Amino acid sequence: MIELLTYGETGWGDEMLRGAGVTVIVALLAYALGILVGMVAAAGRMGGSLIVRGVVEVYTTVVRGVPELLVIYLLFFGFSGAVMWVASTFGYTDYIEVDNFVVGVLAVGVISGAYSAEVFRGAIQAIPPGQIEAGKAVGMNGWQIFHRIQLPQLLRLALPGLGNVWQLTLKDTALISVTGLAELMRTSHVASGSTREPFTFYLAAAVLYLVMTTFSQAAFQRAERFYSRGVRMASG
Amino acid sequence: MVESFGPILAGAGLTVQLVTLSVSIGFFAGIGLALARLSPNPLLSYPAYAYVFFFRGTPLLVQLFLIYYGSSQFDFIKESPAWVVLSEPFWCAVIALAMNTTAYTSEIIRGGIQSVPWGQIEAARACGMSRFLVFRRITMPVALRQALPGYSNEIILMVKGSALASTVTVMEMTGIAKSIISRTFAPVEVFIVAGSIYLLINFVVTRVIRRLEHRLTPYQRTRAELEKEEAQSGILGLGSLLGRARTR
Amino acid sequence: MKTWISMAGAAGLALAAAQAHAQIDSIKLGTEGAYPPYNYYDASGELIGFEIDFGNELCRRMEVECEWVAQDWDGIIPALLNGRYDAIIAGMSRTDERREQIAFSNGYTTTPAWFVSGAESEFAGLETYEETVAALEGKTVGVQTATIHFNFLEQELGDSIEIRLYDTQDNLNLDLVAGRVDAALADATSWTAFLETEDGAGFAQFGPGLTGVDFAVFGEGVGIGLRQDDEELMAMFNEAICSMVEDGTLEAMAVEWFGFDTSMPCEQ
Repeated sequence: MIELLTYGETGWGDEMLRGAGVTVIVALLAYALGILVGMVAAAGRMGGSLIVRGVVEVYTTVVRGVPELLVIYLLFFGFSGAVMWVASTFGYTDYIEVDNFVVGVLAVGVISGAYSAEVFRGAIQAIPPGQIEAGKAVGMNGWQIFHRIQLPQLLRLALPGLGNVWQLTLKDTALISVTGLAELMRTSHVASGSTREPFTFYLAAAVLYLVMTTFSQAAFQRAERFYSRGVRMASG
Repeated sequence: MVESFGPILAGAGLTVQLVTLSVSIGFFAGIGLALARLSPNPLLSYPAYAYVFFFRGTPLLVQLFLIYYGSSQFDFIKESPAWVVLSEPFWCAVIALAMNTTAYTSEIIRGGIQSVPWGQIEAARACGMSRFLVFRRITMPVALRQALPGYSNEIILMVKGSALASTVTVMEMTGIAKSIISRTFAPVEVFIVAGSIYLLINFVVTRVIRRLEHRLTPYQRTRAELEKEEAQSGILGLGSLLGRARTR
Repeated sequence: MKTWISMAGAAGLALAAAQAHAQIDSIKLGTEGAYPPYNYYDASGELIGFEIDFGNELCRRMEVECEWVAQDWDGIIPALLNGRYDAIIAGMSRTDERREQIAFSNGYTTTPAWFVSGAESEFAGLETYEETVAALEGKTVGVQTATIHFNFLEQELGDSIEIRLYDTQDNLNLDLVAGRVDAALADATSWTAFLETEDGAGFAQFGPGLTGVDFAVFGEGVGIGLRQDDEELMAMFNEAICSMVEDGTLEAMAVEWFGFDTSMPCEQ
């Protein structure tokens, strides 16, 4: 059982670690994309026109209400076609190739973004309206209020929620194994099929995921403490 | 798009069964686990902590594959009575979903229990209630009501998680959608149909829990608040769906 | 629907992961990587198998750079149509249903489909098709999704058996060994590989070998899947396949991987 997990030609240890590496990279990129999408969506939801707000609401509702697996299949099977459809309207009819790493990042990023948007919206709403009124009273314009009052507090208020989104994003990367991208889950799948020892490899995968989630959670807790250093807590 | 609607809808029954069974099991097991976690006895609280740690720290797909494919690696499992259940993909999916939701439910309920004001418990003790009676009449009802919004979100996560059962041959909605695609090669349409049905199920779940919550908290509302609630429900009325969703 | 596509499309263009194929000096070959002995991964994570050797030899003869892309079976045709790769070399049988979506090269391998179950099961020793059908009544039969074998089961036995679908042959084998299915249907060559393994030792073929001669659903042998308008690539592949048939390379490769000759005559 153990020799299967060793390094080198006969063991799957190196493949598993490489898979875990791909998982981390996909998760990081998808998370970053999700934060970007989430910020834009939250801004649109709070201050956009009626149409923008409607679009954002549909996006966050649909993505959070439909199985992640479906969202991934949708982008995986539909995305290249969509890109080519757009290209063809510009008169470009050759095949366009979209790598499944890109599709994986995009799919998980789109899911992550819907949750990030909700976190940012909650964080913006958590800033007491009195502060905004005070800002207006001293003659600040909308942009000044945003970057002098709201933005500095946003990170602190959003961090706990963003920590949750990171955990979710990291775990959702397991689902993109269905696209054939050789991340941790896919590697375990291949290894257990080839060796007929599924328990060994899925347990190894579970342990690797556990290591990743635990370390990142500790990192988020440190960050939370760091960004809350100027705030007096009700307890402790 | 129309011709795929019927077969996919037929799979919705299995999706609902998966969710109902696993959520019911997870609810009671979750209460038990929350109590174990809060117990002063380390022999109870540490294993409970370890359980929650494992199931929250790993993807549901890994848990499902560990139970489904993992269990078949060992002869002693295959020769045990447990194999009657584990040999069925449907029950493996129910077990994986139930074990997963137990971990999350226990955390939600633990939060609910910890939010019960100590004064209420003191008052009940002062009235002469036994510890069990206090638990049954004061702690649990208040805790469950507090936990409802979070629990609504957990059920939605289970509805979505049930799609993973398709990866272990269970022909629920996503499984059927997948098999239609293998013949028609029109993934986008098929998944739009399946996605809408999932949204509908989640919409119903949210609404039912909302109503339950509403009924359990009449004292918290004034007329003005009711009007405000109405106004906040969002432009498309969609804000109410998943409005309270938190991520995990 | 249209807005969705344009939104997603615009995002994709912005990400600029897109590029076009100008002329054919390099191609991508799509395969599954979970279908021994056709294509699978060994313990060093290397893609190996009959079709990997076959594909590499084709590329050498066509004088093009080739890159292998692994793709789950479910999405193997959509991904070809989407341009993720240019050809499917993944043990794909040429059927009319698939011809509606994609084009096929010359066949390069033809093998019957076999039912397999435990060597001591009630099915052992069954010979005729009628006996087999009668014995399978009410049983659970495993099969890989989106295969000719699944289409056959659904068409011919769909009402009398419970079909269980697997995303890979590997997973089907795992469940066959575990006893979650009573029997399984797949290609003879993939069974040959399985029956030789330690786990496969207790299993055996039963019933007749099923081919396209008796059931049209089994198609006309395995070919390379191509996009319908890729005529240039089609011509290149056909020429290379025929040269491998004529000088006996294909037969030697089949014998090496399957233990017997599965090659088909050149169709040109």
